[in-house]
Amino acid sequence: MKLSYFPGCTLKNHARNFEDSTLYAMDKLGVEAVELDRWNCCGTVFSLSADDLMRQVAPIRNLLRTRERGDSQLMTGCSMCFNTLKRANNRARANEEDLASMNTFMYDEPVDYAGDVDVLHVLEVVRDQIGFDAIRERVVKPLEGLRVACYYGCMLVRPNEAAIDDAENPRVLEDLITVLGGEPVDFSHKTECCGAHQTVDKPEIIADKTYEILGSAKAQGADTVAVSCPLCAFNLDHRQEATLKIHSDFHTMPVVYFSQLMAIALGGSESVLRLDLHHTPPGPLLTGKGLL
Amino acid sequence: MTVFVSRDKINSGFTSKVQRLADQNLMSCYQCGKCSAGCPMAAYMDIPPNQMIRLAQLGMEDELLDSEAIWLCVSCMTCNTRCPKGVRIAELIESMRQIKLRARQDHLQVEKISEADLRAIPPIALIGSMRKFTS
Repeated sequence: MKLSYFPGCTLKNHARNFEDSTLYAMDKLGVEAVELDRWNCCGTVFSLSADDLMRQVAPIRNLLRTRERGDSQLMTGCSMCFNTLKRANNRARANEEDLASMNTFMYDEPVDYAGDVDVLHVLEVVRDQIGFDAIRERVVKPLEGLRVACYYGCMLVRPNEAAIDDAENPRVLEDLITVLGGEPVDFSHKTECCGAHQTVDKPEIIADKTYEILGSAKAQGADTVAVSCPLCAFNLDHRQEATLKIHSDFHTMPVVYFSQLMAIALGGSESVLRLDLHHTPPGPLLTGKGLL
Repeated sequence: MTVFVSRDKINSGFTSKVQRLADQNLMSCYQCGKCSAGCPMAAYMDIPPNQMIRLAQLGMEDELLDSEAIWLCVSCMTCNTRCPKGVRIAELIESMRQIKLRARQDHLQVEKISEADLRAIPPIALIGSMRKFTS
Protein backbone atom coordinates (compact mmCIF):
# COMPACT_ATOMS: atom_id res chain seq x y z
CA MET A 1 0.00 0.00 0.00
CA LYS A 2 1.29 3.45 -0.98
CA LEU A 3 0.28 6.53 1.00
CA SER A 4 1.16 10.19 0.53
CA TYR A 5 3.10 11.36 3.54
CA PHE A 6 3.48 14.76 5.21
CA PRO A 7 6.41 14.87 7.65
CA GLY A 8 6.12 18.43 9.01
CA CYS A 9 9.02 20.61 10.09
CA THR A 10 10.03 19.05 13.40
CA LEU A 11 10.30 15.48 12.14
CA LYS A 12 13.11 16.64 9.86
CA ASN A 13 15.32 17.87 12.70
CA HIS A 14 14.58 17.58 16.44
CA ALA A 15 12.25 14.60 15.99
CA ARG A 16 14.25 12.57 13.49
CA ASN A 17 13.78 9.66 15.91
CA PHE A 18 10.02 9.93 15.31
CA GLU A 19 10.33 10.03 11.52
CA ASP A 20 12.97 7.32 11.10
CA SER A 21 11.15 4.87 13.37
CA THR A 22 7.76 5.62 11.78
CA LEU A 23 9.04 5.07 8.26
CA TYR A 24 10.79 1.87 9.32
CA ALA A 25 7.65 0.50 11.03
CA MET A 26 5.39 1.47 8.14
CA ASP A 27 7.73 -0.22 5.67
CA LYS A 28 7.74 -3.40 7.77
CA LEU A 29 3.95 -3.34 7.77
CA GLY A 30 3.75 -3.00 3.99
CA VAL A 31 3.02 0.72 3.79
CA GLU A 32 5.20 2.80 1.49
CA ALA A 33 5.05 6.38 2.75
CA VAL A 34 5.69 8.68 -0.20
CA GLU A 35 6.76 12.13 0.99
CA LEU A 36 5.03 15.00 -0.82
CA ASP A 37 7.39 16.72 -3.26
CA ARG A 38 6.73 20.33 -2.26
CA TRP A 39 5.16 20.29 1.17
CA ASN A 40 5.02 23.46 3.24
CA CYS A 41 4.57 24.20 6.93
CA CYS A 42 1.00 23.51 8.07
CA GLY A 43 1.13 26.45 10.48
CA THR A 44 1.39 24.12 13.53
CA VAL A 45 -1.71 25.56 15.24
CA PHE A 46 -5.20 25.74 13.78
CA SER A 47 -6.42 29.31 13.53
CA LEU A 48 -9.52 29.72 15.70
CA SER A 49 -10.74 33.06 14.37
CA ALA A 50 -13.90 33.01 12.28
CA ASP A 51 -12.59 35.54 9.75
CA ASP A 52 -9.04 34.24 9.48
CA LEU A 53 -9.29 32.25 6.26
CA MET A 54 -5.84 33.29 5.05
CA ARG A 55 -4.27 31.09 7.72
CA GLN A 56 -6.12 28.03 6.40
CA VAL A 57 -4.38 28.31 3.06
CA ALA A 58 -1.02 26.81 4.10
CA PRO A 59 -2.49 23.50 5.31
CA ILE A 60 -4.84 23.31 2.30
CA ARG A 61 -1.93 23.70 -0.14
CA ASN A 62 -0.54 20.41 1.19
CA LEU A 63 -3.84 18.74 0.36
CA LEU A 64 -3.55 20.12 -3.19
CA ARG A 65 -0.05 18.60 -3.41
CA THR A 66 -1.62 15.27 -2.41
CA ARG A 67 -4.23 15.62 -5.15
CA GLU A 68 -1.49 16.35 -7.70
CA ARG A 69 -0.07 12.91 -6.94
CA GLY A 70 -3.48 11.47 -7.77
CA ASP A 71 -3.90 10.47 -4.14
CA SER A 72 -6.93 11.05 -1.91
CA GLN A 73 -5.31 10.32 1.46
CA LEU A 74 -2.54 12.15 3.27
CA MET A 75 -0.81 10.53 6.25
CA THR A 76 1.12 12.36 8.94
CA GLY A 77 2.66 11.31 12.26
CA CYS A 78 2.95 14.62 14.06
CA SER A 79 -0.15 15.21 16.19
CA MET A 80 -0.06 18.97 15.69
CA CYS A 81 0.29 18.76 11.90
CA PHE A 82 -2.50 16.18 11.88
CA ASN A 83 -4.83 18.41 13.87
CA THR A 84 -4.08 21.52 11.83
CA LEU A 85 -4.40 19.77 8.45
CA LYS A 86 -7.55 17.93 9.46
CA ARG A 87 -9.32 20.95 10.92
CA ALA A 88 -8.46 23.14 7.92
CA ASN A 89 -9.86 20.37 5.73
CA ASN A 90 -13.00 20.15 7.88
CA ARG A 91 -13.48 23.88 7.55
CA ALA A 92 -13.05 23.76 3.78
CA ARG A 93 -15.56 20.94 3.52
CA ALA A 94 -18.11 22.51 5.84
CA ASN A 95 -18.55 25.80 4.06
CA GLU A 96 -18.60 26.26 0.29
CA GLU A 97 -18.12 30.00 0.53
CA ASP A 98 -15.04 29.60 2.74
CA LEU A 99 -13.59 27.06 0.33
CA ALA A 100 -14.22 29.39 -2.62
CA SER A 101 -12.42 32.21 -0.76
CA MET A 102 -9.47 29.96 0.01
CA ASN A 103 -9.24 28.94 -3.63
CA THR A 104 -9.29 32.63 -4.60
CA PHE A 105 -6.35 33.25 -2.27
CA MET A 106 -4.53 30.37 -3.98
CA TYR A 107 -4.92 31.88 -7.46
CA ASP A 108 -1.44 30.65 -8.38
CA GLU A 109 -2.44 26.99 -7.99
CA PRO A 110 -3.26 25.26 -11.29
CA VAL A 111 -6.35 23.59 -9.85
CA ASP A 112 -8.82 24.43 -7.09
CA TYR A 113 -9.09 22.35 -3.95
CA ALA A 114 -12.37 20.44 -3.86
CA GLY A 115 -12.26 19.06 -0.32
CA ASP A 116 -11.55 15.57 -1.64
CA VAL A 117 -8.48 14.54 0.40
CA ASP A 118 -8.69 12.70 3.73
CA VAL A 119 -6.12 13.50 6.42
CA LEU A 120 -4.98 10.46 8.39
CA HIS A 121 -2.80 10.05 11.42
CA VAL A 122 -0.29 7.18 11.39
CA LEU A 123 -2.21 5.61 14.28
CA GLU A 124 -5.40 5.59 12.20
CA VAL A 125 -3.56 3.85 9.38
CA VAL A 126 -2.20 1.36 11.91
CA ARG A 127 -5.61 0.67 13.47
CA ASP A 128 -8.00 0.97 10.53
CA GLN A 129 -6.01 0.05 7.43
CA ILE A 130 -3.25 -2.31 8.56
CA GLY A 131 -5.13 -3.69 11.56
CA PHE A 132 -3.83 -4.91 14.91
CA ASP A 133 -4.05 -8.59 13.93
CA ALA A 134 -1.69 -8.07 11.01
CA ILE A 135 0.73 -6.22 13.29
CA ARG A 136 0.68 -9.00 15.89
CA GLU A 137 1.81 -11.46 13.21
CA ARG A 138 4.82 -9.30 12.31
CA VAL A 139 6.15 -8.80 15.85
CA VAL A 140 9.58 -10.40 16.14
CA LYS A 141 10.69 -8.87 19.42
CA PRO A 142 7.72 -8.53 21.80
CA LEU A 143 8.01 -5.71 24.33
CA GLU A 144 7.87 -8.21 27.16
CA GLY A 145 7.82 -6.72 30.62
CA LEU A 146 7.81 -3.13 29.35
CA ARG A 147 5.24 -1.06 31.21
CA VAL A 148 4.17 1.81 28.96
CA ALA A 149 2.00 4.78 29.94
CA CYS A 150 0.36 6.01 26.71
CA TYR A 151 0.16 9.77 26.56
CA TYR A 152 -2.19 11.31 23.97
CA GLY A 153 -1.91 14.97 24.90
CA CYS A 154 -4.41 17.24 23.16
CA MET A 155 -4.19 17.19 19.41
CA LEU A 156 -4.98 13.51 18.77
CA VAL A 157 -8.22 13.59 20.73
CA ARG A 158 -9.57 17.16 20.74
CA PRO A 159 -11.76 18.66 19.46
CA ASN A 160 -14.21 15.83 18.72
CA GLU A 161 -14.44 16.60 15.01
CA ALA A 162 -10.69 16.07 14.60
CA ALA A 163 -10.22 13.27 17.14
CA ILE A 164 -8.92 9.82 16.23
CA ASP A 165 -10.44 8.31 19.38
CA ASP A 166 -12.57 9.10 22.45
CA ALA A 167 -11.70 12.50 23.93
CA GLU A 168 -11.69 11.39 27.57
CA ASN A 169 -10.58 7.78 27.42
CA PRO A 170 -8.80 6.95 24.17
CA ARG A 171 -7.53 3.36 23.72
CA VAL A 172 -5.73 3.17 20.38
CA LEU A 173 -2.22 3.48 21.84
CA GLU A 174 -2.95 0.97 24.61
CA ASP A 175 -4.29 -1.48 22.02
CA LEU A 176 -1.14 -0.99 19.96
CA ILE A 177 1.20 -1.54 22.92
CA THR A 178 -0.73 -4.72 23.77
CA VAL A 179 -0.27 -6.24 20.29
CA LEU A 180 3.41 -5.29 20.43
CA GLY A 181 3.67 -7.49 23.54
CA GLY A 182 4.05 -4.66 26.05
CA GLU A 183 2.00 -3.83 29.08
CA PRO A 184 -0.05 -0.60 28.85
CA VAL A 185 -0.39 1.23 32.12
CA ASP A 186 -3.51 3.28 32.78
CA PHE A 187 -2.85 6.69 34.31
CA SER A 188 -4.89 9.77 35.09
CA HIS A 189 -2.99 12.28 32.97
CA LYS A 190 -3.07 10.66 29.55
CA THR A 191 -5.02 13.48 27.90
CA GLU A 192 -3.81 16.33 30.12
CA CYS A 193 -2.08 19.15 28.20
CA CYS A 194 1.73 19.39 28.59
CA GLY A 195 1.67 23.20 28.32
CA ALA A 196 2.49 23.21 24.59
CA HIS A 197 4.14 26.39 23.23
CA GLN A 198 4.36 28.00 26.68
CA THR A 199 7.69 26.15 26.69
CA VAL A 200 9.19 29.10 24.78
CA ASP A 201 8.75 31.81 27.39
CA LYS A 202 7.31 30.05 30.45
CA PRO A 203 9.35 26.85 30.84
CA GLU A 204 8.55 26.84 34.56
CA ILE A 205 4.92 26.00 33.76
CA ILE A 206 6.09 23.11 31.58
CA ALA A 207 8.21 21.90 34.51
CA ASP A 208 5.07 21.73 36.68
CA LYS A 209 3.15 19.91 33.96
CA THR A 210 5.99 17.44 33.35
CA TYR A 211 6.16 16.79 37.10
CA GLU A 212 2.40 16.07 37.22
CA ILE A 213 2.17 13.99 34.04
CA LEU A 214 5.29 11.85 34.49
CA GLY A 215 4.61 11.59 38.24
CA SER A 216 1.16 10.21 37.50
CA ALA A 217 2.63 7.64 35.08
CA LYS A 218 5.37 6.69 37.56
CA ALA A 219 2.83 6.26 40.36
CA GLN A 220 1.09 3.62 38.25
CA GLY A 221 4.34 1.75 37.77
CA ALA A 222 5.16 2.84 34.21
CA ASP A 223 8.72 2.36 32.92
CA THR A 224 8.29 4.87 30.12
CA VAL A 225 5.76 7.23 28.55
CA ALA A 226 4.90 6.87 24.85
CA VAL A 227 3.92 9.98 22.88
CA SER A 228 2.94 10.94 19.34
CA CYS A 229 3.68 14.68 19.34
CA PRO A 230 7.14 16.24 18.99
CA LEU A 231 6.13 19.14 21.22
CA CYS A 232 4.86 16.82 23.97
CA ALA A 233 8.09 14.86 23.54
CA PHE A 234 10.23 17.97 23.95
CA ASN A 235 8.28 19.19 26.98
CA LEU A 236 8.10 15.84 28.76
CA ASP A 237 11.67 14.78 27.94
CA HIS A 238 13.90 17.82 27.44
CA ARG A 239 12.21 19.87 30.14
CA GLN A 240 13.02 17.21 32.76
CA GLU A 241 16.16 19.16 33.64
CA ALA A 242 14.07 22.25 34.49
CA THR A 243 11.57 20.03 36.32
CA LEU A 244 14.30 18.65 38.58
CA LYS A 245 15.41 22.17 39.49
CA ILE A 246 11.91 23.13 40.66
CA HIS A 247 10.67 19.80 42.04
CA SER A 248 13.45 18.07 43.99
CA ASP A 249 11.42 14.86 44.44
CA PHE A 250 10.94 14.44 40.68
CA HIS A 251 12.18 11.16 39.20
CA THR A 252 13.43 11.36 35.63
CA MET A 253 11.90 8.92 33.18
CA PRO A 254 12.55 8.07 29.52
CA VAL A 255 9.95 9.34 27.04
CA VAL A 256 9.66 7.59 23.66
CA TYR A 257 7.58 7.83 20.52
CA PHE A 258 5.05 5.05 19.99
CA SER A 259 6.73 4.50 16.62
CA GLN A 260 10.05 3.70 18.29
CA LEU A 261 8.33 0.93 20.26
CA MET A 262 6.80 -0.32 17.00
CA ALA A 263 10.22 -0.28 15.33
CA ILE A 264 11.77 -2.28 18.20
CA ALA A 265 8.99 -4.88 18.19
CA LEU A 266 9.14 -5.21 14.39
CA GLY A 267 12.87 -5.95 14.49
CA GLY A 268 14.43 -2.52 13.91
CA SER A 269 18.05 -1.90 14.76
CA GLU A 270 19.18 0.82 17.14
CA SER A 271 20.04 3.09 14.20
CA VAL A 272 16.35 3.73 13.34
CA LEU A 273 15.60 4.69 16.93
CA ARG A 274 17.98 7.67 17.03
CA LEU A 275 18.24 7.47 20.83
CA ASP A 276 20.90 10.22 20.69
CA LEU A 277 18.07 12.76 20.31
CA HIS A 278 16.58 12.00 23.73
CA HIS A 279 17.35 13.97 26.87
CA THR A 280 16.69 11.22 29.43
CA PRO A 281 18.24 8.21 27.68
CA PRO A 282 15.86 5.28 27.07
CA GLY A 283 18.90 3.02 26.37
CA PRO A 284 19.40 1.63 29.89
CA LEU A 285 15.69 0.77 30.28
CA LEU A 286 15.46 -0.89 26.86
CA THR A 287 18.72 -2.80 27.38
CA GLY A 288 17.54 -3.91 30.82
CA LYS A 289 14.39 -5.36 29.27
CA GLY A 290 16.41 -7.14 26.59
CA LEU A 291 14.98 -4.94 23.83
CA LEU A 292 18.21 -3.46 22.45
CA MET B 1 -11.56 41.20 42.12
CA THR B 2 -14.11 44.03 42.37
CA VAL B 3 -15.85 44.73 39.10
CA PHE B 4 -18.14 47.67 38.39
CA VAL B 5 -20.81 46.87 35.86
CA SER B 6 -22.01 49.75 33.72
CA ARG B 7 -24.42 50.18 30.86
CA ASP B 8 -21.71 51.94 28.87
CA LYS B 9 -19.42 48.94 29.05
CA ILE B 10 -22.17 46.46 28.28
CA ASN B 11 -23.11 48.49 25.19
CA SER B 12 -19.53 49.26 24.15
CA GLY B 13 -19.50 46.75 21.30
CA PHE B 14 -16.74 44.62 22.86
CA THR B 15 -19.08 41.70 23.50
CA SER B 16 -20.29 41.59 19.92
CA LYS B 17 -16.76 41.98 18.58
CA VAL B 18 -15.61 38.95 20.58
CA GLN B 19 -18.64 36.95 19.47
CA ARG B 20 -18.11 37.85 15.83
CA LEU B 21 -14.41 36.97 15.82
CA ALA B 22 -15.07 33.67 17.59
CA ASP B 23 -18.36 32.91 15.82
CA GLN B 24 -19.80 32.05 19.24
CA ASN B 25 -22.76 33.09 21.35
CA LEU B 26 -21.37 34.27 24.68
CA MET B 27 -24.83 34.34 26.22
CA SER B 28 -25.11 30.54 26.06
CA CYS B 29 -22.81 30.24 29.09
CA TYR B 30 -24.63 29.52 32.35
CA GLN B 31 -21.53 29.51 34.59
CA CYS B 32 -21.28 25.82 35.46
CA GLY B 33 -17.50 26.22 35.77
CA LYS B 34 -16.58 23.01 33.94
CA CYS B 35 -14.16 24.90 31.67
CA SER B 36 -12.16 26.23 34.61
CA ALA B 37 -12.30 22.91 36.45
CA GLY B 38 -10.60 21.09 33.59
CA CYS B 39 -8.30 23.86 32.38
CA PRO B 40 -4.62 22.85 32.69
CA MET B 41 -3.61 26.52 32.85
CA ALA B 42 -6.30 27.82 35.25
CA ALA B 43 -3.93 27.60 38.23
CA TYR B 44 -1.64 30.16 36.57
CA MET B 45 -4.37 32.50 35.34
CA ASP B 46 -5.38 35.77 36.97
CA ILE B 47 -8.91 35.25 35.60
CA PRO B 48 -10.13 31.65 35.15
CA PRO B 49 -11.98 30.79 31.90
CA ASN B 50 -15.55 30.86 33.27
CA GLN B 51 -14.95 34.33 34.71
CA MET B 52 -13.42 35.47 31.41
CA ILE B 53 -16.68 34.52 29.73
CA ARG B 54 -18.74 36.38 32.34
CA LEU B 55 -16.59 39.50 31.99
CA ALA B 56 -16.89 39.32 28.22
CA GLN B 57 -20.69 39.13 28.52
CA LEU B 58 -20.53 42.35 30.53
CA GLY B 59 -18.24 44.15 28.07
CA MET B 60 -15.25 44.33 30.44
CA GLU B 61 -12.71 45.02 27.71
CA ASP B 62 -9.86 46.47 29.77
CA GLU B 63 -10.00 43.79 32.46
CA LEU B 64 -9.78 41.07 29.82
CA LEU B 65 -7.33 42.59 27.35
CA ASP B 66 -4.92 43.56 30.15
CA SER B 67 -5.09 40.11 31.78
CA GLU B 68 -2.36 37.48 31.77
CA ALA B 69 -5.00 34.80 31.36
CA ILE B 70 -5.66 35.39 27.65
CA TRP B 71 -1.97 34.61 26.98
CA LEU B 72 -1.87 31.52 29.19
CA CYS B 73 -4.53 29.60 27.26
CA VAL B 74 -2.78 27.16 24.91
CA SER B 75 -5.90 26.09 22.97
CA CYS B 76 -5.74 22.54 24.33
CA MET B 77 -9.52 22.33 23.72
CA THR B 78 -10.35 20.63 27.02
CA CYS B 79 -12.93 23.34 27.83
CA ASN B 80 -14.54 23.12 24.39
CA THR B 81 -14.85 19.35 24.62
CA ARG B 82 -16.47 19.47 28.06
CA CYS B 83 -18.77 22.51 27.82
CA PRO B 84 -22.35 21.24 28.28
CA LYS B 85 -23.66 24.22 26.30
CA GLY B 86 -21.30 23.74 23.36
CA VAL B 87 -19.60 27.08 23.89
CA ARG B 88 -16.17 27.17 22.28
CA ILE B 89 -14.28 28.90 25.03
CA ALA B 90 -10.90 28.49 23.30
CA GLU B 91 -12.23 30.40 20.29
CA LEU B 92 -13.50 33.19 22.57
CA ILE B 93 -10.10 33.52 24.27
CA GLU B 94 -8.36 33.46 20.88
CA SER B 95 -10.60 36.31 19.74
CA MET B 96 -9.39 38.41 22.70
CA ARG B 97 -5.77 37.68 21.80
CA GLN B 98 -6.58 38.61 18.22
CA ILE B 99 -8.02 41.99 19.27
CA LYS B 100 -4.64 42.76 20.88
CA LEU B 101 -2.53 41.31 18.08
CA ARG B 102 -4.49 43.08 15.34
CA ALA B 103 -3.63 46.32 17.11
CA ARG B 104 0.03 45.21 16.83
CA GLN B 105 0.37 44.59 20.55
CA ASP B 106 2.53 41.46 20.53
CA HIS B 107 2.89 39.33 23.62
CA LEU B 108 6.13 37.54 22.69
CA GLN B 109 9.35 39.46 22.10
CA VAL B 110 10.94 37.16 19.57
CA GLU B 111 14.22 39.08 19.61
CA LYS B 112 14.61 38.28 23.31
CA ILE B 113 14.70 34.52 22.77
CA SER B 114 18.30 33.43 23.31
CA GLU B 115 20.41 31.79 20.59
CA ALA B 116 20.68 28.70 22.76
CA ASP B 117 16.89 28.44 23.11
CA LEU B 118 16.39 29.00 19.40
CA ARG B 119 18.64 26.01 18.77
CA ALA B 120 17.25 23.79 21.53
CA ILE B 121 13.52 24.43 21.18
CA PRO B 122 11.93 22.57 18.25
CA PRO B 123 10.38 24.60 15.40
CA ILE B 124 6.92 23.27 16.27
CA ALA B 125 7.07 25.18 19.59
CA LEU B 126 8.62 28.35 18.17
CA ILE B 127 6.14 28.59 15.31
CA GLY B 128 3.21 27.78 17.62
CA SER B 129 4.31 30.47 20.03
CA MET B 130 4.75 33.06 17.27
CA ARG B 131 1.38 32.20 15.76
CA LYS B 132 -0.37 32.65 19.09
CA PHE B 133 1.60 35.55 20.52
CA THR B 134 2.68 37.78 17.63
CA SER B 135 0.86 39.72 14.93
